[in-house]
Amino acid sequence: MGFWDAIRGRRAPRQANLDALFGVPSAAVTLETAIGMRPTGTGSVCFRAAEGAAFAATQQDIESLLEADPRTPPVERTVDDFGFTWLVVRRDPADVAGLCTDLHAVNVLLEEQGFGPALLCSVVGFAGADGRAVGLVYLYKQGTFYPFAPRGPQERDNLLEINVRDQLAGELPVEPSLQRWLALWGAPGL
Amino acid sequence: MARTRFLPDSGLTARMTLVMFLLGGLFVALVVALMVAVRSPGLAMIVGVVGLGIAFFQWWTSDTMAMRAMRAREVSPQEAPELHGMIDRLCALADMPKPRVGVADMDIPNAFATGRSPDRAVVCVTTGILRRLDAEELEAVLAHELSHVAHRDVMVMTIASSAGIVAGMVTRGAQFGALSGGGRGRNDKNSGALLLVALLVSLVVYAISFFLTRLLSRYRELCADRAGAYLTMKPAKLASALQKITGEMASIPQRDLRTTSAMNAFFIAPAISGASLSTLTSTHPSLEQRLEQLARIQADLSRPGPGA
Repeated sequence: MGFWDAIRGRRAPRQANLDALFGVPSAAVTLETAIGMRPTGTGSVCFRAAEGAAFAATQQDIESLLEADPRTPPVERTVDDFGFTWLVVRRDPADVAGLCTDLHAVNVLLEEQGFGPALLCSVVGFAGADGRAVGLVYLYKQGTFYPFAPRGPQERDNLLEINVRDQLAGELPVEPSLQRWLALWGAPGL
Repeated sequence: MARTRFLPDSGLTARMTLVMFLLGGLFVALVVALMVAVRSPGLAMIVGVVGLGIAFFQWWTSDTMAMRAMRAREVSPQEAPELHGMIDRLCALADMPKPRVGVADMDIPNAFATGRSPDRAVVCVTTGILRRLDAEELEAVLAHELSHVAHRDVMVMTIASSAGIVAGMVTRGAQFGALSGGGRGRNDKNSGALLLVALLVSLVVYAISFFLTRLLSRYRELCADRAGAYLTMKPAKLASALQKITGEMASIPQRDLRTTSAMNAFFIAPAISGASLSTLTSTHPSLEQRLEQLARIQADLSRPGPGA
């Protein structure tokens, strides 16, 4: 946030940082070998739907692009309690790279239409053999990842989260500020 | 470079910069006039420095003072999970540090943001606004307040009002003969006339700065509306929130409202409505003006095709 932006009262919306998402496939390998968390093949993009025709058209484009291949399951769209839209993409669990490409396509389409600032986060789901689930959350504006492990309603498995963070420290940019580790209760696909 | 739908409003920026420039010039002119008229530059300097000190103190303690004035208390994420969740998401969307969150137990539907820097900021809402607005409208209001934090409006408005503070001190000091202090023994006509001039200059500066700071405040509100609407991407929700709030406020008795007059500059909508001089002296732009701007933003957001 620049000094002049503050003086002029004109802070432009923050653009999203898209490229770091491609580090997820190698991180998935690390998570599986180190702590036995395997990708579930589910990924989601969370964004703020803007008012107006332009955004509705963009959203239509995104969904038809993701559903172009008849072999893949359809995209699921939900709106959460905070008014954010979630697009859930389900792919073959072994194909994390393909999942990331699909998520990236959503981001690029939104950005091309000038809706990059609407992107909040992206979640890639992982699950252990013992039934524990953890979502690898990517914050678009900060360009960082953090783990979110819900354990029942309104309760997080902090030890697992910290464990995942330590495993990923060398591979992905991890969000250093714990305050930014948003709790995404009821995030679809987790 | 990614495309953006955030179009600069150069007219608003130009008008606002001019006002800030005039306020700065006013401060310099006042100090120079005092130095010439009072004939003891030391005293004028002291008045100036003390004035700035008061402004600095107001800015430095703005978070605690405002919270106390509004009898607001800080709430934890456990006490107000929805409110915190909303602010968490908005801060992640805007990439800014999360401010503390306060709730004031009063029926006036309003919200304000204060604090000396984005790291020390407090965003506060009244229980009245929580009751009246739906979730999306409340979010729009919070985005407006977060924009005040991001634009450092408390600092900008404090600096802008320092000329007025100094001028006010001089006029009040003159009532008690502070300016003639030290020269009492050799009181000649000449220095008396000069003191009168200094007093007049201060009064004029005070009056001009009053109108200019109010004008600046209105521009800053429009800026916060803009940035807030672009943050939530839903200008219509801010519009409906503003309509609800201002509509409610008019129907609330004046007696309750007067107790909050000192806080008006930080509110989302002013708690006092007056017909006379109101357009020149109000801290907030008219509802009509704000809705017009939001309609323009909505048009920019819904324009189809690549880019804006």
